[in-house]
Amino acid sequence: MLTTAFALVFFYAPVDADQGIIQKIFYVHVPLAIVALCGFVAGGIFGLMHLRTRDRRWDMRSYVTIHLSIVLAVGVLITGSIWARASWGQWFVWDEPMLVVFLIVFLLYATYQPLRFSIEDPEKQSRYASVFAITAGAFVPLCFGAVRMAEGLTHPQAATMTTSGPASVSQTFLISLIGMALLFVTLCKYEMASKNATFKLRALRRRLAGEDDDFAAPVARSAAPQL
Amino acid sequence: MRGTVAALLAKELALELRTRESVPAMVMFSITTYVIFHFGLDANTVDGDLASGVLWVTLLFAAMLGVNRLFVAEHEQGGFDGFLLAPVDRTAMFVAKAITLFGFLCVVEIVAVPAFALLLLGPPLGQALPGLIVVLLAANIGIAVIGTLVAALAIQTRARDLMVALLALPLLVPVVLGAARATAPLLDHGGAQALPGDWLALLALYDLLFALIAYAIFDFLLED
Repeated sequence: MLTTAFALVFFYAPVDADQGIIQKIFYVHVPLAIVALCGFVAGGIFGLMHLRTRDRRWDMRSYVTIHLSIVLAVGVLITGSIWARASWGQWFVWDEPMLVVFLIVFLLYATYQPLRFSIEDPEKQSRYASVFAITAGAFVPLCFGAVRMAEGLTHPQAATMTTSGPASVSQTFLISLIGMALLFVTLCKYEMASKNATFKLRALRRRLAGEDDDFAAPVARSAAPQL
Repeated sequence: MRGTVAALLAKELALELRTRESVPAMVMFSITTYVIFHFGLDANTVDGDLASGVLWVTLLFAAMLGVNRLFVAEHEQGGFDGFLLAPVDRTAMFVAKAITLFGFLCVVEIVAVPAFALLLLGPPLGQALPGLIVVLLAANIGIAVIGTLVAALAIQTRARDLMVALLALPLLVPVVLGAARATAPLLDHGGAQALPGDWLALLALYDLLFALIAYAIFDFLLED
């Protein structure tokens, strides 16, 4: 899907009149940003579910979505800087609220892993992480809503860019967005499966070790939730 | 609920009056920061945007000191256990702590804002004072609510001081932004101008939303 999207980006979508080829980064940057922000909000919702149901699997989902969204957010910042460098001549522009808010959100979420890591009790760890996920998850739409209202003039809005141009732009953009979302979901599934496998392995090993009880592998403390 | 909050507030007040841990430290910190700003900016007087920036950065970092200390006594002396054993609503703890922090901030500002006017501020404070008080109160509510939530979140971690700063500063950016933008025209070079309503509205909305969020999820931070 993503490959199709990239193929379309290069062969189908028209080259932007005043920005040239660099405008193509739009099809990576914007879907990345949208998916990362949705991932943060989803992490908050999963956190809420965890607090309500006390089910460790929700905490795991919250952890995985936030973890991957942080990775995507790094991608957003990098592609965004490249684009900004090419089209505005500067790596980072302070008077653009969208950029600043994204940076703040990124900085906030960058503390998620240290927070988890510095709480020792796993039960407490997951509860506190969920509270953080909810607070930060509410912070994200709040900030971006405020920015949309205040509205920067130079940052191109996805909606205006896709509707005002030819149809091929909006089609390519939509396919890129869907491709990115699918990639995100797949990555989440993979990470979840890998975590589950690790825990099953650890549980089996512990059961084996229980029989000749000398060999109990010590569990390293980690930021990831444990089932 | 109201009785519980009153009892907790009385405890906080007694504690602060006896130990004098938070407020004097915060006041000293803010005055020292003005001196540092004087040398750092190499300016005898400041006004407008710069003045409001200096004031708010100073107050924000002074507030961080208070936030850091907020739950330390409970954590170290087992106050959490005592509170959890009592058959009262747990949100009362949040309300009481937020009011305590709000009160601390107000007391600090009663000293720190005149000190700012004395040491650094170019234009006279008198004209700007009514508007400034409104902004200060609105920002204090925001800092108190978010500070309490973050302090409760960070108290169980090993790197408490670090986590408070890392968590609270991004969450408080909108508060500082709103407060600083609302204050800037008040401290303007040519005398105080009208209070900008939109920034104040943003501040109030942010306070309200975070108060609701914190009120809803604070319970989960106290269970053991």
